[in-house]
Amino acid sequence: MNNDDKKATRQSYGEALADIGEDERVVVLDADLSTATKTSIFAKKYPNHFFDVGIAEQNLMSVSAGLATCGKIPFASTFAVFAAGRAYDQIRNSICYPNLNVKICATHAGVTVGEDGATHQMLEDLSLMRTLPNMTVMCTSDDTQTKWAIKKIKEINGPVYLRLCRLATPKIYNEENFEIGKGVQIGEGTDATIIATGVTVPEAIKAMEELKEKGVNVRVIDMHTIKPIDKEIIIKSAKETKKIITVEDHNIIGGLGSAVCEVLSENYPTQVVRMGINDRFGISGKAEELLKYFEIDKDSIIKKILEN
Amino acid sequence: MEEIAKQIRRDIVKQVYHAKSGHPGGSLSIADILAVLYFKEMNVDVNNPKKEDRDRLVLSKGHCAPALYATLALKGFFKEEELDSFRKVDGILQGHPDMKKIPGVDMTTGSLGQGLSAANGMAIAGKLDNKDYRVYAILGDGEIEEGQIWEAAMTATKYKLDNLCVIVDNNNLQIDGTIEDVINPYPIDEKFKSFGFNVININGNNLEEIEKSLEEAKKCKGMPTAIIAKTIKGKGVSFMENKVEWHGKAPNEEEYKLAIKELGGQEDE
Repeated sequence: MNNDDKKATRQSYGEALADIGEDERVVVLDADLSTATKTSIFAKKYPNHFFDVGIAEQNLMSVSAGLATCGKIPFASTFAVFAAGRAYDQIRNSICYPNLNVKICATHAGVTVGEDGATHQMLEDLSLMRTLPNMTVMCTSDDTQTKWAIKKIKEINGPVYLRLCRLATPKIYNEENFEIGKGVQIGEGTDATIIATGVTVPEAIKAMEELKEKGVNVRVIDMHTIKPIDKEIIIKSAKETKKIITVEDHNIIGGLGSAVCEVLSENYPTQVVRMGINDRFGISGKAEELLKYFEIDKDSIIKKILEN
Repeated sequence: MEEIAKQIRRDIVKQVYHAKSGHPGGSLSIADILAVLYFKEMNVDVNNPKKEDRDRLVLSKGHCAPALYATLALKGFFKEEELDSFRKVDGILQGHPDMKKIPGVDMTTGSLGQGLSAANGMAIAGKLDNKDYRVYAILGDGEIEEGQIWEAAMTATKYKLDNLCVIVDNNNLQIDGTIEDVINPYPIDEKFKSFGFNVININGNNLEEIEKSLEEAKKCKGMPTAIIAKTIKGKGVSFMENKVEWHGKAPNEEEYKLAIKELGGQEDE
């Protein structure tokens, strides 16, 4: 992990979009947030394939659905709270039910949005999107993985929800060696498994490295795909390690932690410790401060592993 | 054309009667519009329902599916017998239009307010691909109370979607009463005009006026057209006309027979 090479996944998204724009089927839609979601990078390069529908997220989703019926591959972007929240019914009825090929790339998820506070910190999107039939749900952790994901989701047919973040995070990977629905195991420790997604992956890796110095050997699983969830890697880790801890910048209800519990309770009953936002709304503050405040940072993970 | 519209109406009543549920009122009000669209205006191919160059129709007021299904069956997209299984567990004809299950349905609808946006997407795709197909969106007059309709209206104007034609079924009734009493979206024509549409007011139960307005819409360049079609809810069945209780109710046997008779059908149909 390279702490000197930081980038927010929203930035990687914008750059990756500009790279796939040569495919004429790709169209990008935004709802007046293109400079924040970074779709502006695509818009500059391919202005005729970029559509800003204004502050109208419901329309954003249904227009994307209409484009998809005609063979286009729409990438629809806005903040996560306005995508999964405000336009839930459009995503449900106009995109997922007819199984249309729309890629919803939602930025500014989680408390790491920071200063904007609770109204803009989406903590329920993984839960809402995971429950929709036909939907693939992803949350990438670094620049390399995000760029891979954009290329990959363009190739698969069907709706995808990709959760992206505002906070700049370190580069974890050098190679695009990923597969949808397959978690990435980092480290071989058997004392505990930390399952993380998105911005909590670097926190988990930092915790792993520090714990090693204390003689505690853990492994990290970067769960970039929340649905379909990688059952195999979860069950394997439960069998091989003493504890399972999930960490997410999302409500502990319905997201990564819940998905892991569902797998284990049905296949290999194991006690799971869920770290995340504990069924409450966020607050304003700096992203790094909020990771600590909500106890999903490196130190909180270490503390939790040592006390359990 | 008149006979086609009558047959559509009979098949609407028949479907709702056999399903013992459904929405006859608003289906009957758009029967003439659908007859002209599918039997005169639209370029569609029953042997290739997904043909890329086809004209498209989004029935945004999806609860009026019986009217669309009757029209598609009559046109030949699927067998007429299929109409008997409307809303039934072993049939393809879902309570609301489903583009994945039903040949000829261009967009899945049912949750009101979303269809005009989807039609925008189709019209934008047509412009991008330099295709000359047209996209029709039928909206309910109650449906335009949904805010998303106006989000979509702004988008249609911004992108100069002259290949898009909106038809508002202005039958003046919604579940809780007349549209004026519930929330009053009037004046509908002025609203669309102020959003940048070419607006045409017609009697939506007059076949000639429908045909003429669709032709006129095609000639208008640089902006989308909205046809405000004044219609009668329940049109063609005397006891259903202008009666809000027939928005979403099935006729009993006696009412069914009477309705079929009034629509020029055989009693045992």
